[in-house]
Amino acid sequence: MGNVPMEHGLILASILFLLGMVGLLSRRNIVFLLMSVEIMLNAAGLAFIVAGSRWVQPEGQVMFIFILAMAAAEVSVGLALIIQLHRKFKTLDADTADNLRG
Amino acid sequence: MTFVFYLAALIAVISTVMVITRLNAVHALLYLIVSLLAVAVVFFVIGAPFAAALEVIVYAGAILVLFVFVIMMLNLGPASTAQENVWYTPRAWAGPAVLSVILALEVFYVLAVSAGERIREEVVSPKEVGYSLYTDYLLAVELAAMLLLAGIVGAYHLGRFRRLIRHRFLEQNVEL
Repeated sequence: MGNVPMEHGLILASILFLLGMVGLLSRRNIVFLLMSVEIMLNAAGLAFIVAGSRWVQPEGQVMFIFILAMAAAEVSVGLALIIQLHRKFKTLDADTADNLRG
Repeated sequence: MTFVFYLAALIAVISTVMVITRLNAVHALLYLIVSLLAVAVVFFVIGAPFAAALEVIVYAGAILVLFVFVIMMLNLGPASTAQENVWYTPRAWAGPAVLSVILALEVFYVLAVSAGERIREEVVSPKEVGYSLYTDYLLAVELAAMLLLAGIVGAYHLGRFRRLIRHRFLEQNVEL
């Protein structure tokens, strides 16, 4: 397993998180927005695992399991919404659904 | 072993950059799967094999496969790639990229001046994780189960296909 500094693990997590954030802020396609959110969630999970490994405690992996469950529920609901949006507006632009009916 | 960590980290960062710069949704998803596999290798190297297995099986193997199925079902085609070419200009990502670089420099500085901790060589086995889950964090497990139930019901309800039929006197949604 080696002696990797914890800071390098956290730097990797922050780089991945910031890449996901740049993708989230600059895209208009809803599918890419959801993908960027997944990147950010994975990066947060990586930070938890790194912290858990530094203290050799299982809490890091426990938190990662909860993040995984939350990401699964969010992705399923988000994809169902994407399908409905595509059916209604025939486009995947995040700016089309900007008016409430009435 | 540290070489494995740095190599897997490099692969994860490169494939994540490829995810956010692709124009085709399916290409971006495949790069995202590669990124998740690289992060799973990192998990394995730093002593969390259970999390590595979960990352591959659940995240890359269920969540992203669901993504791929939905994208294939939407049947976007080359028109979508051309549309992405119009939307995704350098002007769109220049601002967020500059702010993110500033944030990254901040984080690197904070981590560089802190005390040098090292990730220890010991493995946290699945048995310890399972024991901790079902004794210390049992309530959170039950709450996660309720969240997944809400996700199932919500996804079923939102994914139904209803056609609007207009009779003379009343409109009704007919289940297809």
